[in-house]
Amino acid sequence: MSTTTASTDLDTAPAASRGAAAGDLRRLVVRALRHEVRTPDALIVNIALPAIIMILFVYVFGGAITTGSSGLDYIDFVVPAVLLMAGGYGAALTAVNVAEDMTRGMIDRFRTLPIGGWAVPASHVAASLLRNVLATALALAVAVALGFRPRATPADWAPALALVTGYVLAVSALAVAWGLLVRSSQAAGVFSFVVMFFPYVSDGVVPAETMPGPLRSFAEHQPVTPVVEALRALLLDRPVGDAGWIAAAWLCAGVLAGVPAAAVLFRRRTSA
Amino acid sequence: MRDAAIHARGLRKSFGATQVLDGVDLTVPAGSLLALLGPNGSGKTTTVRILATLLAPDGGTAAVGGHDVVREGAAVRRSIGLTAQHATVDDLLTGKENLELFAGLYHLGRRAARRRAAELLDRFDLTTAADRLAGTYSGGMRRRLDLAASMVAAPRILFLDEPTTGLDPRSRAELWTVIRELLASGTTILLTTQYLEEADRLADRIAVIHGGRIVADDAPAALKHQMGSERLTLRLARPEDVSRAGAALSAGAEDGTGIRLDADTREVALAVHDPDHLRRTLDLLHREGITVEQADLRTPTLDDVFFELTEAAA
Repeated sequence: MSTTTASTDLDTAPAASRGAAAGDLRRLVVRALRHEVRTPDALIVNIALPAIIMILFVYVFGGAITTGSSGLDYIDFVVPAVLLMAGGYGAALTAVNVAEDMTRGMIDRFRTLPIGGWAVPASHVAASLLRNVLATALALAVAVALGFRPRATPADWAPALALVTGYVLAVSALAVAWGLLVRSSQAAGVFSFVVMFFPYVSDGVVPAETMPGPLRSFAEHQPVTPVVEALRALLLDRPVGDAGWIAAAWLCAGVLAGVPAAAVLFRRRTSA
Repeated sequence: MRDAAIHARGLRKSFGATQVLDGVDLTVPAGSLLALLGPNGSGKTTTVRILATLLAPDGGTAAVGGHDVVREGAAVRRSIGLTAQHATVDDLLTGKENLELFAGLYHLGRRAARRRAAELLDRFDLTTAADRLAGTYSGGMRRRLDLAASMVAAPRILFLDEPTTGLDPRSRAELWTVIRELLASGTTILLTTQYLEEADRLADRIAVIHGGRIVADDAPAALKHQMGSERLTLRLARPEDVSRAGAALSAGAEDGTGIRLDADTREVALAVHDPDHLRRTLDLLHREGITVEQADLRTPTLDDVFFELTEAAA
């Protein structure tokens, strides 16, 4: 008797709750964004850090670095990499947010609620997308204030936004997987350093051609370089070439690796 | 077991090589409170997590609200509330935001969620703190908010895992009042605790868990009765007499149980059943040439029951 009732409930639940699932996600995203607004260090990361690194690169390092064969002004050369640093650093911190939910017992509360298990990690990714695309926009505004003049046409802006969004999405998804893997918020923080490191050793901050052999081949083949090159080409209205496709492939690979990894790890962490 | 809100048979669980539950049987009739009493590491939390569908058992069966915890987890979750050992409220949300979030996630609708949150804040005496971040709450307030969060969907069955651990006496008494009110309104409660006083005050039945097994399951009064009508504690004059007294009493003891020895405090404690038993005990020690410095006779407490049961099982 009771078994019949229960299986009826379970069968009808998903169809009835498709709209509810969107509502659950919205509520959890609002929660995650409230966390950001109420955590001073998160605010600093999202608002002050993009501005600080932009100023640092343009004024402090800018005078000492030549842009090699590209022939660009340094500000034009470095802005795409700084945009990715601004968005990527905050996105990487998603690992910490996820780890805190998992270790501080909040996850037990969520698991006794009638919501899909995916909703909690998905809300962190969605909140990360929102705040880090905004952080990137903020960094761009600072760049403009410092003299950066994008020459992008409307047809360039759309793929540029897609690249930044894709980068933040890939980093956020991988960050969620990492946060679930390490189980402590301290260890989760390590991911930000890894994510910060990639733009430095790319063609984004100094031209890869100026680097010594092994470092140079790393810089030329790691995922951030094509993203930087494509973004730079789009912002300056230059031909994108192969960089666009390579960047898109890397970002898809990041999302396609991060999302299932996060799903599997979340399932493993929250079952028996 | 039609009227059992919680019914578990032979629950087993291991973590790696450690057997945490070794065949736990529990029955909680609807509308009653069962206290699951045990020391740290005895399997209390594991039992609660299995019954609340947060953990799958390795063996055994359990039904909560008539639904199997393994096969019908979603149905079980709809009828239960859980207050876990560490308060699971969001520190960076206010009390009100916490409750509105959970009410929303129970799909109450915006207006109903607000009303429910306001009701619970009032019921758990948190209205004045409603707009403060939960992270600024005292331990007792956090616990009440946690309990309120567990009650958002008005569950028929509530699991409270060590709800008063770490609270000061006043907060504890306040929480007891709240728990009694919930019980009076018909909620079935399974509460775990390390405090015998708490179990004694709140529970209709007490199940003592030790080493992953239920070693006693009875009404509080019956458990105390099991210990004999009076508890005698004797302080001996010489520490070296303690083990000798233990041996003599064990040899002549009427039921052979309930004798506890403590060489450090020079104390010998045992259950006595009637005044004549008391006289025989003192006579026996006198014949052995053991000097009694102080004697204390009192009604047994649950502490005595607890030590008795857990030491016997160890």
